[in-house]
Amino acid sequence: MTTMTQASPVSALRGKRILIAKPGLDGHDVGAKVIALALRDAGADVIYTGLRKSPGYIARVAVDEDVDAVGLSILSGSHVELVKETFQQLAAMGADDVAVFVGGTIPDEDRAALQAIGVKGVFTSEMRLDDVIAAVVSALK
Amino acid sequence: MSAVVKEYAAESVELPPLGTAVPSGIEVPVVVTRDMCRNPDPGQPGEGSFTRGIFPDGYRGRLWTVRQYSGFGTAEDTNERYRFLLDQGQTGLSVALDLPTQCGLDPTDTMARPEIGKVGVSLSNLSEMEILFNGIDLSRISTSFTINGTAAIILAMYVACADKQGVAREKLTGTIQNDILKEYVARGTWIWPVRPSLRLIADSILFGNKVTPRFNPISIAGAHVRDAGCTAAEEMAYTLANGLAYVDELIRRGGDADRFAKRLSFFFYVHMDLFEEVAKFRAARRIWARIMKERYGATDPKAQMFRFGVVCGGSSLVAPQPYNNAVRVTVETLAAVMGGAQSIFTCAYDEPFQIPSEFSAELALRTQQIVAYESGVARTVDPLGGSYYVEWLTDQMEDKILALMKEVEDYGGAVRAIEDGWLQLKVARRAHQRKRDIDSGAFPIVGLNCFSREGQQRTPGEVFHVDPKASKRVLDKYQALLDRRDNAAVGKALERLEQASADDQENLMPHLVECCHAYATVGEMVQRLKHQWGEFQEPVRL
Repeated sequence: MTTMTQASPVSALRGKRILIAKPGLDGHDVGAKVIALALRDAGADVIYTGLRKSPGYIARVAVDEDVDAVGLSILSGSHVELVKETFQQLAAMGADDVAVFVGGTIPDEDRAALQAIGVKGVFTSEMRLDDVIAAVVSALK
Repeated sequence: MSAVVKEYAAESVELPPLGTAVPSGIEVPVVVTRDMCRNPDPGQPGEGSFTRGIFPDGYRGRLWTVRQYSGFGTAEDTNERYRFLLDQGQTGLSVALDLPTQCGLDPTDTMARPEIGKVGVSLSNLSEMEILFNGIDLSRISTSFTINGTAAIILAMYVACADKQGVAREKLTGTIQNDILKEYVARGTWIWPVRPSLRLIADSILFGNKVTPRFNPISIAGAHVRDAGCTAAEEMAYTLANGLAYVDELIRRGGDADRFAKRLSFFFYVHMDLFEEVAKFRAARRIWARIMKERYGATDPKAQMFRFGVVCGGSSLVAPQPYNNAVRVTVETLAAVMGGAQSIFTCAYDEPFQIPSEFSAELALRTQQIVAYESGVARTVDPLGGSYYVEWLTDQMEDKILALMKEVEDYGGAVRAIEDGWLQLKVARRAHQRKRDIDSGAFPIVGLNCFSREGQQRTPGEVFHVDPKASKRVLDKYQALLDRRDNAAVGKALERLEQASADDQENLMPHLVECCHAYATVGEMVQRLKHQWGEFQEPVRL
């Protein structure tokens, strides 16, 4: 796990703490890292968990680090199960105020299910980074 | 002029840039002439630098292996898909395994449960592999396994499966990826720390050379760092650097380069820049032959040959206007063939969405068959050889790849670069840059950042779902296996494995084969080795 802070000319997310996490066994981490770099460029303090973390671990880190948002990156097709469990774990630790975003290979038909669980934004690889940042900024207002 | 004519003037659509450089960052002259080429006459295929190919007769002697990556759900589901693909003229199998199998977890593990059968078939023990290849004669079909963390175990299982089928081990053909170094950099199915993992890979290569001499025990893969965002030159350089790390380990273990190097193979992505891809492969053949000869003293020409498979598609495919992906894969297949690939996997157009449907899987297979049998491109060896542009670009790619390899070497070699997270950091930053270039439109992708329109299609057409009951069937079968096998024999086999793992000069493969025969599970074997070796601690740097 690593924490990073960097001044940036763009400061839309200054003062926000965001956890980027890889739940489950999926090892494709480039999307997670690209988003982490983009969030950092936008002024956020970004923490990245590294690979293969359980929802319980992710919720624990979110609480311990007092983050404003968690971004879950999942490309294995197991997003619905893993997101559900992460929400349960966050609730169990009294952190239901943390905004949760999901990125990865998410079919359109699953968007509604994720939003119903409480996900604030679903991002796929063809979205522009600036649009992803704008969506995060607006959800964290 | 009327208003209508004005409205349809060419300038009304903003056109993307054509670009003057190949994506690896080599500026291309408007015209390339003979005097710009270092090697305007590249010699003969099948000899010398092998620039033009490793075989003197190219595809005339033998076409590339048509090998579609496939696997999902239970072994029964996947066996059915394999029979379909073989019936359609596919010439080799390529097994996709689910993440629990790749990470060495049994299906009952809590981390494993949501992932059972999702991105590949679940294969937790020999009985599942017997079902997977039911009715498929392992002496007559070449099989490739995309497996790394648990590759040695799956290779042992394949040998045990051949034993069960009554097929002589030396008749087995195929390839197992078995390239852990790139898993630490991209893809992420590592288990143990770097050094014991390298030892296990050396074990499996040395065992394979003796016991399954026609089987490629490793496929050193650049595909995954490429798909993560690297350029073609970086893909090749980092892969060759990893290749050298394996060669060094094999030599440390007493291997003979003239013997083991004949069975080293490679694996790459082919993306859209056609001539850059062709030049990448031509340059790599030249570099590898020279290194094997000059640095490692390999004298047998077969030990200097750079043999490789490819995958066409991956991150070059996008969700918007998905049918365009079939066109992209066609261009990439042409590049693979003109680059001299030994085996080709063409991604289905619905790759950005899902496991391919039967419809899209068939279209991908037909793409290769059309290139092979209709386009005529396979008729002569290295059809682009002697083209001023291709010879010049081959020289340029060679220089670029060598410079990048030197960076890794100067850092202290691939193993150190990976243990420190240095290479991972380079890949992440490159990926970020590539994404910015796509967002800005500097790197044009039709339908995504140019020539897109309101309401365009962004769904796969035919939707494929893994049978939701597959996971339960896997768990039921797993429990039944635990109940019926001889658990005392399993315990003894595992104990011998763990003891052997403590001595780094002992080859673990015979022990793994014995464990597989006893129906020990992948998770059990992995756990025993974790006791000895611990787990990899990921260096996270951004």
